[in-house]
Amino acid sequence: MLNLKSLHKYLLLGDWLVLLLAGLLVCMSFLSLWQNAPAAKVQISVADKVYATYSLNQAREIHVRGPLGKAVIQIAKGKARFAKSPCNSQYCVHQGWLSKAGQVAICIPNQISLALVGEAKPYDALNY
Amino acid sequence: MLKHFHPSLEDHRIAKLAAFAIALHMLEAVVPSPLPGVKPGIANIVTLYVMCQYGFAKAAWVSLLRVLASSLLLGQFLSPGFALSLAGAGLSLACLYAGMHLPKRWFGPVSLSILAAFAHIAGQLMVVRFWLIPHAGVAYLVPVFAVAALFFGTINGLITAQLLKPKAH
Repeated sequence: MLNLKSLHKYLLLGDWLVLLLAGLLVCMSFLSLWQNAPAAKVQISVADKVYATYSLNQAREIHVRGPLGKAVIQIAKGKARFAKSPCNSQYCVHQGWLSKAGQVAICIPNQISLALVGEAKPYDALNY
Repeated sequence: MLKHFHPSLEDHRIAKLAAFAIALHMLEAVVPSPLPGVKPGIANIVTLYVMCQYGFAKAAWVSLLRVLASSLLLGQFLSPGFALSLAGAGLSLACLYAGMHLPKRWFGPVSLSILAAFAHIAGQLMVVRFWLIPHAGVAYLVPVFAVAALFFGTINGLITAQLLKPKAH
């Protein structure tokens, strides 16, 4: 069995370096991809096309038809969620309310996805 | 002709190791996961072990046989799940091939395991981004997968290192 105390014996110098670099990469991915800004709008996509964009300020229910059937997307109090979906797994519904910019809920079987966007995207193009 | 095919000892060894990897893959398939796609990838321990012990070609055989046979057993051959598996296994094999040339004095199985784990999620995320969900929002999931890759890559690497240790006493 793995002996917890002797684990360091298996880590060579290069392994520590790889661990450190991988850890840095993970931290950077969190910092750059998870922005904590509140969202202003929800963008609904069906398959690979944007279906509609709604403000999160106004409570409403949107019925969207995907390949499997009708999904219900609910907007209330600056948040959005899948309220109903015809898919089997219901991952999208269980994901619950989304409220931060950048968050997404994706229903693969029914090909519908929600993406929350902030007031203004931090950038729309990058040039080097 | 098939009846003239005589499997060598090497073939038998590949088959045995692949069977072991398939068993681990099946075991993992029944364990629920908090987020679809986040899995420990314990079958990769076999791939890494085979590579360190018997060389890259055999590891590639074991890994690809495992992906193919597991998809048949789980009933997802040629489905998106199969494509994800194949992309992950393919890219991590490519990464292992490159990693093999790292100096052995400084880089052990743990390095290789972490590199392979990151290559694995990179391959899968590419399939997701460019085929299954062509949507920039997928980027939101990257940090979660990266944490999982770092964690499970390290654990799997340590287990492989333990398995490779010469049993002197």
